[in-house]
Amino acid sequence: MTDSWRRPIRIGLIAFGVFTIIFLIGPSLVIVPMGFSAGSILEFPPRGFSLQWYQKMVTDPAWTSGFINSFEVAVATAICASILGTMAALGLTRGKFPLKSVANAFILSPLVVPAVVIAIGMFSLFVRWKITGSIVGLTLAHTALAVPYVVVSVSTSLRSMDRNLEMAAANLGANPVRTFRHVTLPLIMPGVFAGAVFAFLSSWDEVVVAIFLTTTKFRTLPTVMWEQVRQVIDPTVAAVATVLLATTTIVLTLALVVRRQAPVR
Amino acid sequence: MTAPAKVNGRAGRKRGPLVTPWSWLVGPLLIVLIVAFLVPMWLMVVRSVTDPPGAGLANYQEFFNSEADLRVLGNTFYIAAISTIACLLIGYPYAYLMAIVPQRVAGILLIFVLVPFWSSLLVRTFAWEVILRDVGLINTTLKGLGLIDQPLPLIRNTFSVILGMTQILLPFMVMPLYTVMQRIDPELTRAAANLGAPPAKAFRRVFLPLSYPGVTAGCLLVFVLALGFYITPTILGSARETMISRFIADQIQQRVNWGLGTAMAVVLMVLTFICLAIASRFVKLRDVYGALGDES
Repeated sequence: MTDSWRRPIRIGLIAFGVFTIIFLIGPSLVIVPMGFSAGSILEFPPRGFSLQWYQKMVTDPAWTSGFINSFEVAVATAICASILGTMAALGLTRGKFPLKSVANAFILSPLVVPAVVIAIGMFSLFVRWKITGSIVGLTLAHTALAVPYVVVSVSTSLRSMDRNLEMAAANLGANPVRTFRHVTLPLIMPGVFAGAVFAFLSSWDEVVVAIFLTTTKFRTLPTVMWEQVRQVIDPTVAAVATVLLATTTIVLTLALVVRRQAPVR
Repeated sequence: MTAPAKVNGRAGRKRGPLVTPWSWLVGPLLIVLIVAFLVPMWLMVVRSVTDPPGAGLANYQEFFNSEADLRVLGNTFYIAAISTIACLLIGYPYAYLMAIVPQRVAGILLIFVLVPFWSSLLVRTFAWEVILRDVGLINTTLKGLGLIDQPLPLIRNTFSVILGMTQILLPFMVMPLYTVMQRIDPELTRAAANLGAPPAKAFRRVFLPLSYPGVTAGCLLVFVLALGFYITPTILGSARETMISRFIADQIQQRVNWGLGTAMAVVLMVLTFICLAIASRFVKLRDVYGALGDES
């Protein structure tokens, strides 16, 4: 009917969408070429091409140990969070107990309490326990921060699964443990897997709590980067930033692909 | 489906046991969260009234009586509010676009929101620094073109802080908006059009009001998260843009003033919970975060 002026609006919206996409991902992409600079300062456009900053990244012990620490903490967090979170999601979705909604809100609350508040609270407790600057301490902290992602993800899978399948298994003589292992778990596995991936990513990129809970002897990649960004910046920071971005993108893409192929919706 | 258990939920509660077997599975997580999250929060509250010994409410009084400290609080609210509005102005049209394009295209548009959401906040902030600083991308380019002699003051001010925070928080605005808009029946706007309403009127009278829950949810979520921002304002702002999180961190790390630092942390936590209590009347937190993890 009024197509004459509907068209400019549509074109305007699309142009706005393109602008927003550039706004969202453009700045991060600017960093990538800077890490390959042959010059000695961080600049755009980079001067020439070299891998010297990547070489520095993989030889400088501050960065390499940061990388290893980050990876170990993120993997440990993903494991702890997905086990605890999956159990909790089962309990919250299928169980019935007093104050369930309070428990639910409490479990999700680490998502919204400011990171600095969590950080100084944990720091004062963990110092007493002498677990600052250790894998154990940081994994415990990151598990608390990451577990809501697992709970949300697994709960979604649980609510969309067909419980008749469990009843069928039980009717065919499977005991509850067997039913869970061979029917329920495979059906919710995509949700568990996605939750584990989110837990890994949230730990891998976490800075604020890590700043407080790490020590000069035990740093994670983002905390080393935080120190560097606030002092002199050489292109190594851009190389490390590229590695952080690439890890996130690859892990996320893998997760999306696996989940799309999964049988449950 | 699971209907029978749910339909007579109320009646079932009377008949069944108070705690059903499945419930115990929540236990381990609750124990971990109590130990690693709740106890630290509680210790912080205690410390805010006992450090220095016998402090009582002195730390809080010190804060609320200091004009400079209150300015930090004012700054925090101001920056959070402007960032929220900016997020809404950019996020609404984008979410609307996602809602009207074919499913496949919407999926692609969604990826451009999810990838930044899961990318490192520090890296994204660092990117803005590289672009905005005096020898950064924009100033170098403009100088190269001969348009300016002196670098433009693009960084270490309120503008750069708000720009960075808006970009980083944008996914938190788009997701709740999209979740709500997705559920709006396109037949409704079509019906309005068939009844003779011009598209602008159909949008304003039908679509817009139906999208309000998403607007409320997105704004409150972004605002709450913005209140607690630390990394971005610290890197992109100057001392004048100090937000409350940086203030807290500085009190603890540099001045070793645990009393004032923890008191401020308690104030920030209370502010956060007040905003969330208001938000929870409009939207479930679970829905918002569920959407962020769901790419379907």
